Amino acid sequence: MSSVAVIDYGMGNLHSIAKALQHASPDVHVQIVADPQLILQADRVVFPGVGAIRDCMQALVDTGLQEVIRQVAESRPLLGICLGMQALLTESEENGSTRCLNIVPGHVRHFATPLLDAQGEILKIPHMGWNQVHQQRDHPLWRNIPQDSRFYFVHSYYVQPDDDSVIAGVTEYPEPFTCALSCGNIFAVQFHPEKSQAVGLQLLQNFLSWDGGG
Amino acid sequence: MSLAKRIIPCLDVDNGRVVKGVKFVDIRDAGDPVEVARRYDREGADEITFLDITASSDDRETMVHVVEEVAGEVFIPLTVGGGIRTLDDIRRMLNAGADKVGINTAAVFNPEFVRDAARRFGTQCIVVAIDAKQVNRPGEPERWEIFTHGGRKPTGLDAVAWAKKMAAHGAGEILLTSMDRDGTRQGFDLALTRAISEAVPIPVIASGGVGNLQHLADGIIEGKADAVLAASIFHFAEYTIRQAKECMAARGIEVRL
Repeated sequence: MSSVAVIDYGMGNLHSIAKALQHASPDVHVQIVADPQLILQADRVVFPGVGAIRDCMQALVDTGLQEVIRQVAESRPLLGICLGMQALLTESEENGSTRCLNIVPGHVRHFATPLLDAQGEILKIPHMGWNQVHQQRDHPLWRNIPQDSRFYFVHSYYVQPDDDSVIAGVTEYPEPFTCALSCGNIFAVQFHPEKSQAVGLQLLQNFLSWDGGG
Repeated sequence: MSLAKRIIPCLDVDNGRVVKGVKFVDIRDAGDPVEVARRYDREGADEITFLDITASSDDRETMVHVVEEVAGEVFIPLTVGGGIRTLDDIRRMLNAGADKVGINTAAVFNPEFVRDAARRFGTQCIVVAIDAKQVNRPGEPERWEIFTHGGRKPTGLDAVAWAKKMAAHGAGEILLTSMDRDGTRQGFDLALTRAISEAVPIPVIASGGVGNLQHLADGIIEGKADAVLAASIFHFAEYTIRQAKECMAARGIEVRL
């Protein structure tokens, strides 16, 4: 039986993601864990997160999980979700300026304010709801997910990786931004697969049978 | 391609059963919340909102179990409102599997509660529910005030100013209900919806008064709402969520089909 660890570092509700992983693959052993040793024993690791980036980074430093995430990224498949994606970059504009893990070089930006669409109407921030995800290239995690499927988003910041080749998916609001990135063992998404109904469960199922690499 | 406007069915839950609505005197049983939620999910609901109208706080535990059960099989965002007064109430609902909580009366009595809640749990899960009623005399400029206790108690707070304040306090979204329209099936109060939606930078969910599918589209086009919420038109299979989305799409609104 393969196992997946959902990293618990005190940032947000992990029950939704754990339940969705279990539903996507009933045979997989799903654990919500804070213990670094247990995280490093799992076959795959999910790095979720909601809230503010400074609290997130502080919690990772306090718990010593910062190093663990680096080790995971080098050794087994890692799925970053929402703040768990943003934390992988170099630096975020949120809370003034916050140093992040720098596992994927690049920055985390706030949507421009006011944000206007092509008709000059104001777009609300947070970007909240179902938006289309354009797959930029083939990847095992996109298997059986139709091009331009809608996933559920809720965020005010987005990632801007330095290297375009890591971009796996883009979404428009109204300008295109990176909503999925992949490099080596890492796949990270800005949207919430655990809240994106059938396509979200498919992505989680794909992750649970992925052995890393693109 | 762009962000879809959302349709959110609302389930009024009394002691573990879905009922037709607070405003109806003859409360009709509309079934098991888990089954109803499953049906809405299949029909393509974008989110589901539960409003706990259970009178006794002893029975609130029932709602926690309902949320747990729904969250185990329905993988779209779930919001729970009704009786959320403390940070602990929020934590219990989030741990049960809710993604957002609706705060109404508690915010009016203590606006700092919204700030504390947003700081603790993130703005994305704090929905401030606003019950507003028109208070201007005929001929005067339109003005709405906040009411509590199901629209019975006036607070003297201006609805537009209040919505702005709640957004500044960290609300991630506003659930706006017109007490004049709720239960009437005459459509949303579009002037109110538009006034609030244009005043705040965060998404606004229009609620109260939906009687047919055109009303939903009106809420988006004329009310400038980001999402529309309805209860009774979906409960008795009068219309399906799918029909509602097709109607909205026919009027040029981007939806998730």
